[in-house]
Amino acid sequence: MNPYSYTEKKDTRSGFGAGLMLAAQELPQVVALCADLTGSVKMDAFAKAYPERFFQVGIAEANMISIAAGMAVAGKIPFTGTFAEFSTGRVYDQIRQSVAYTGANVKIYAPHAGLTVGEDGATHQALEDLGMMRMMPGMTVVHPCDYNQAVQAVVAVAKHEGPVYLRCGRPTVPNFTPADQKFEIGKGYVLREGNDVTLITMGHLVWPVLEAASVLDEKGVHAEVINMATLKPLDEECVLRSVRKTGCILTCEEHQVNGGLGDAVAQLLVHKYPAPMEMLGVNDQFGQSGQPQELLDFYGLNVEGIVNRVMTLRGRL
Amino acid sequence: MLDTEQLKAMATQVRRDIIRMIHTSKSGHPGGSLGCADFMTVLYFNVLEHNPKTFRQDGKGEDVFFLSNGHIAPVWYSVLARTGYFPVQELGTLRKLGSRLQGHPSLSHHLPGIRVASGSLGQGMSNAIGMALAKKMDGDKHLVYSLHGDGELDEGQIWEAAMFAGSKKVDNLISVVDHNGIQIDGNTQNVMDLGNLRAKFEAFGWDVLEMNGNDIEAVKETLSQAKARTGKGKPVMIVMRTEMGHGVDFMTNLAKWHGSAPNDEQAASALAQLPTTQYGDY
Repeated sequence: MNPYSYTEKKDTRSGFGAGLMLAAQELPQVVALCADLTGSVKMDAFAKAYPERFFQVGIAEANMISIAAGMAVAGKIPFTGTFAEFSTGRVYDQIRQSVAYTGANVKIYAPHAGLTVGEDGATHQALEDLGMMRMMPGMTVVHPCDYNQAVQAVVAVAKHEGPVYLRCGRPTVPNFTPADQKFEIGKGYVLREGNDVTLITMGHLVWPVLEAASVLDEKGVHAEVINMATLKPLDEECVLRSVRKTGCILTCEEHQVNGGLGDAVAQLLVHKYPAPMEMLGVNDQFGQSGQPQELLDFYGLNVEGIVNRVMTLRGRL
Repeated sequence: MLDTEQLKAMATQVRRDIIRMIHTSKSGHPGGSLGCADFMTVLYFNVLEHNPKTFRQDGKGEDVFFLSNGHIAPVWYSVLARTGYFPVQELGTLRKLGSRLQGHPSLSHHLPGIRVASGSLGQGMSNAIGMALAKKMDGDKHLVYSLHGDGELDEGQIWEAAMFAGSKKVDNLISVVDHNGIQIDGNTQNVMDLGNLRAKFEAFGWDVLEMNGNDIEAVKETLSQAKARTGKGKPVMIVMRTEMGHGVDFMTNLAKWHGSAPNDEQAASALAQLPTTQYGDY
């Protein structure tokens, strides 16, 4: 049985919008910049409530990132907003020099990440962003799993000193985490315990992984499920505690298997606790147009794909 | 505040520093550094309202300068040291392992005077705009300055920033382009013709001034005019004509001296053209 339930589906980008309002009320230094996507990235309520703290930069992402760095140096807490693809690949050098190397307190908010952007297709489906940001020295990488967690993550990110990459998504997904659960950067959330396999995931795939764990129960395989809502710094103790118990790990991510969650966990295991492991994600391919669920099904990032991969992994033991 | 004769002597001292630093480190960028020595001397000694002894990164309550063409770090390091941000003796550590004087400006080793890293071109105008907007939000009337190379104007981000500053009336910003007409691969006209810079920036909504950046009096006068033109709804641009390598005859106007160090003989020849000053070598 899935121990969690939900009453509605909501999008994490709207969770960001609500969280930004909370952060803005508490911290007068919070400002927002947007590259002509105010409604899509859900900065509209902030822009209306705080027009003097909102900056429309037009379709000029490089300028936006470097302006944000200048503001951060001056003591502001800027959140930049554009799609994940244009928040990373397009502006990698600006993030590297103006933000990360400078140590500027910029929050790169990146919604519309992953395949679930849907019909817009591969140009808009960021699948390498986590890898790029994880590799950047000094960057914290956060990826909440649902609306409630996104709200709380924004507040935590605003209070955190240093550059942060905050990944969110476009479609509505089950909203199941407690609304009052404070977000802790660097913490892996153990959503259910089990002894036979550790499933580590993040973002939109957390819910299907919980569903898959219920299916696995029926097959006599009891999975431990970890929502790794902070990819960097990785909660190493959380992973090691679990794998010492279960002996094997499957990672699931809406991202290339290169560079993301799977790589981070594998790196840890190689050094600290070598154990059988599988990585579920996109395999060195671009996405394509389709409905979000169709795409997750096509690339095998669904309940069936997770269950099958666990059985493969168990077969290696 | 220095008088004109003192400024001239200081600019010569800064040039001596540049040659000695780059000669010692056996690498670096003398051409643009020498060309901008007069401007940087006037800016740091006579124009900026700043607090070298109590440097704070956020620049609250003072004027702030950003060097966008980070490769001319030697001239910046020299004026920073000589206005009191850090000991002049430290200039001799340029580009050495562990030095605060990294090859391009960096905060990694906490050198006072630097607020944003630069070196990868095209980002400094945007950084300056961010600082200028923050100053407006905070009711801080101090100004923000940025310096750019003319070759750097090839970068698209410069024009994103120029469009933003004009469109959003960032009128507490004075940007300066070092227009020496030379970049690594040769004359800017051949590499990427810049056309009419005054017309370009005016079309982007800037108030544009021009000056000879190697004439101390002209630099003083033009910077004073530029300050007077702030707060009037437009960012201010100064197109600054300079000679790359100014002050050292064999380095003047030669692309080769964009980024190569003088050998012992060349350094001696350069220093012989730059007489010692009352300010003394580091």
